[in-house]
Amino acid sequence: MNAHLVLKTVSKALIPLIALFALYVQFHGDFGPGGGFQAGVIMAAAVILYALVYGLQEAKRAVPPIVVRLGASLGALLFAGVGVVTLFLGGDFLDYDVLPGGQHAGIIAVELGVLLTVACVMVIIFYAFSGRARDISDEEW
Amino acid sequence: MNEFILSLAPGWALTHASVLLVALPLIAGAIAAALPWGRAAWGVVVAVMAASLFFSAILTAQVLTGGAFSYTLGGWAPPVGIEYRIDGLNVGMLLLVSAIGFLVSLYAPEAVEDEIDKGKHPLFYAAFLICFAGLLGVAITGDAFNLFVFLEISSISTYALVAMGAGRDRRALTAAYNYLILGTIGATFFVIGVGFLYMATGTLNLVDLAARMAELGDNRAIQVGFAFIVIGLGLKLAMYPLHVWLPNAYAFAPTMVTAFLAATATKVAFYALARFLFIVFDQGFAFEELALVWLIAPLGAVGMIAASIQAIFQTDVRRLLAYSSVAQVGYMLLGLGIGTAAGVSAGFLHLFNHAAMKGALFLALGAASVCYGVTQVKDLRGLGRTMPWTAAAIAIGCASLMGVPGTAGFVSKWALFNAALDNGWYWAIAAIAAASILAFFYVGRMIQMIYLQPAPERGGEPAPALRAPWLVMIPMWILAAANIVFGWYADLPVTLANAASAAIWGGAP
Repeated sequence: MNAHLVLKTVSKALIPLIALFALYVQFHGDFGPGGGFQAGVIMAAAVILYALVYGLQEAKRAVPPIVVRLGASLGALLFAGVGVVTLFLGGDFLDYDVLPGGQHAGIIAVELGVLLTVACVMVIIFYAFSGRARDISDEEW
Repeated sequence: MNEFILSLAPGWALTHASVLLVALPLIAGAIAAALPWGRAAWGVVVAVMAASLFFSAILTAQVLTGGAFSYTLGGWAPPVGIEYRIDGLNVGMLLLVSAIGFLVSLYAPEAVEDEIDKGKHPLFYAAFLICFAGLLGVAITGDAFNLFVFLEISSISTYALVAMGAGRDRRALTAAYNYLILGTIGATFFVIGVGFLYMATGTLNLVDLAARMAELGDNRAIQVGFAFIVIGLGLKLAMYPLHVWLPNAYAFAPTMVTAFLAATATKVAFYALARFLFIVFDQGFAFEELALVWLIAPLGAVGMIAASIQAIFQTDVRRLLAYSSVAQVGYMLLGLGIGTAAGVSAGFLHLFNHAAMKGALFLALGAASVCYGVTQVKDLRGLGRTMPWTAAAIAIGCASLMGVPGTAGFVSKWALFNAALDNGWYWAIAAIAAASILAFFYVGRMIQMIYLQPAPERGGEPAPALRAPWLVMIPMWILAAANIVFGWYADLPVTLANAASAAIWGGAP
């Protein structure tokens, strides 16, 4: 009999919902409270919950550290890239008005960058700290 | 010269140089962090630094020919949106930070190879780029809250950079932690001060702030904000009793980081203080006059003397120079405290010259550390024989630090001396003279070790003579030569320093 059957089953059901909720917070951010930072934190919470229940090694297999590190850079580049695109389209840096889709497209693209970077950096911090302690075996609970 | 630079610049650079100056290193930082190879990251660093130097040369030429201008981010007009405002006061800082960044980045591969774990090289370069972008951002922005954000961007990456010295000496970790705590307190004080100003005026744009505070007149919230901002920035720039984070951070950071920080980080905070003291806060405020005469100038003078005395008793050579940096910040603060155009101009002149002195000295010590593992003053024994070129660069830097006539240090101390004389501040002149004499003692200890002591023995033989690698020699000697050149032809630093005081009191830049 598995030691944490209930925990594992419930979190297996919750994790996709948490990730979905993160996307809701992200895309609803321009109509109500929310945005990239909050969405990123919620997304990272999904990964961290997985790591807490299934162990750090499992989590690192599902979300490898190298992917997280690249994601953190990619998010920042996405944000800055929007600025560079607006420069090429003839506007000032981050002037969303020149983008096809205007302010709305610009803010969504930028917030996606924030989501990616915040989620990845949260996971990096979690990996860095939890990697310093040994995993607790099932019997020690 | 200005026309020549402007004729070189393409059209897009003329309009967007200011934002690219900050955005490019930030973007490159993200790229460098994702790269797996340290050498590739270094290539990115050098390319970005060269581009930044070009952009800030363009901005300098634009300001010196056409006066101040601003760039709006995202197309939002200034009092609401964030603007980058480039005027005579900050253009010299931009040029200084990017020039030092470029020279130090040339020196990087040798030192980084020697001091930092291989796996961390890309992250080190990424942190360096982000710190660079943060410092430029502090200098260029015209928005008080944006200034706080950039101050934190540069500081947080600096904590990481200092901590990376742990590969060589574990004490780098406590030094970085100390710096983190005090730096964060400084930043918090600053942002609280900005909060009070916002409470009183409802604006964050620096130009708008100045205008609205002049209308409001004396106001309790403004006074409190002023106090918080002066203390917060004082911590960041190592104003004398708030300098305790600095010596260890400089002594245990990787050598390249020390050279970069010593020449730029405290300088940029000093610039921010000058902007708040003279441009944002109306000079008619009574408390401002009091702060200059009874706080900034006396603390500058006390710092000059007390930190110089502490420098004399240091055994670690980089700690010695770090205390000397605190003393030099004292000279600059004294210039601010004098509060006249001549005084502020002298303070900024000393800022530029000090960057050249400490840049050259820390790079030369870095070279000695790479070749012979020099960290203590006594390790410098016989360096005049074993590394003659590096030792000569140290000697030039030391001469400039003392203010020997014919070096850059003399020019700025002379300007400061005259500014104090015009004000009739004889105690300030006495302090300048006393600190210069004290400098003779701590510098003398290094010179004595370098030239008058025999080289250490290795296996019965005197240690072999070594030449530092070219990529170390070139930036070190450019900075050392700058100390001599600016001692005779001080056009460039004097123009920039006068532009700074002209930005405050008006007149031609």
